Amino acid sequence: MTTLHIINKSPFERNSLDSCLRLAKQGSAILLIEDGIYAAQKNTAFGDKVATATGLHSFYALTPDLDARGIDKDSIIDGISLVDYEGFVQLTTECSGVQSWL
Amino acid sequence: MSTIKKFLYVNRKAPHGSIYALESLEVVLIGAAFDQDVSLAFIDDGVYQLLQNQDTSGIGVKNFSPTYKALGDYDINKIYVEKESLELRGLSKDNLMPLTWEDEDDDWAEKESIHVVSSEELSDIIEHQDIIFNF
Amino acid sequence: MKFGIMVSEGPYTHQASDTAYHFTEAALNNGHEIVRVFFYHDGVNNGTSLAVPPQDDRNITTRWSALAEKHNLDMVLCVAAAQRRGLLDKDEAKRAGKDASNMAQGFNISGLGQLIDAGIQADRLLVFGD
Repeated sequence: MTTLHIINKSPFERNSLDSCLRLAKQGSAILLIEDGIYAAQKNTAFGDKVATATGLHSFYALTPDLDARGIDKDSIIDGISLVDYEGFVQLTTECSGVQSWL
Repeated sequence: MSTIKKFLYVNRKAPHGSIYALESLEVVLIGAAFDQDVSLAFIDDGVYQLLQNQDTSGIGVKNFSPTYKALGDYDINKIYVEKESLELRGLSKDNLMPLTWEDEDDDWAEKESIHVVSSEELSDIIEHQDIIFNF
Repeated sequence: MKFGIMVSEGPYTHQASDTAYHFTEAALNNGHEIVRVFFYHDGVNNGTSLAVPPQDDRNITTRWSALAEKHNLDMVLCVAAAQRRGLLDKDEAKRAGKDASNMAQGFNISGLGQLIDAGIQADRLLVFGD
């Protein structure tokens, strides 16, 4: 089992995404929540970096946070799975530890 | 006898600009009494918490930096500092407080508690933890 | 599975308390156990009995109180963080010579040892913060 990494800040505001990608072991699960979901979009300056990272880790985004921020699901990078709070809970049961990048 | 868990305390924020560094240290000191397998990680601006010569008299806040020196008294000696975080900030281990502990299994020899590790090494350390606190 | 929940930010200013609440509720609805919800840093402000938020929005404090009552949750405010920020139950207020207390229903004041204990008892510890 691997670590579940949770990112809750926009990559434009904090370096949480960058630090997570630097320190997450290959094959980790990475969940974007709250403002972290902005990193899930195709057409941002982080789009390519995140798209490449989906080849190394399992990426997820929390749908209630996408919806709240008016982010169209069609604009989400392929390879990022969408989960609700129940899915969030499920992810925590499938990992060995949880790292919140505050 | 209950199982001992691996506890990691992760620090990514600079001291004094917010309370997280101080209150994180308070958790670590209380936690020391619970005999778990404790490690600390200082990443990104968290490395600034360990800088020498902090003088808070001008800003009128309590200088809690000397408290890091007490960690050794509680056998907290796995203090990992990320090399890349230091280098990006133009720092090296020499800029940090010389934290030590006394190894009772080695005739009370004084040893360094701070271990500067690569991102890959730290990544492995994170992966093997049971419980991770972030502040 | 057993979860320990750490809430590190106060109500409204950050989404942390909301996310923590929704996660906790989902975990309970799926048959999991919550060892403890521990409020630290500004998270202790979730326990105030004096908040009067607008009627057309969620009441974060009473929402936690209701969840705690429904599921018999152990919700703890760290005593040191609470004292620092002026969250006092009746005993603390008396001890500190204050003329009022402000602890909301379902919240209890205790030491940081309870956070460590949650880490020891739980299978997973979730931290919700800034």
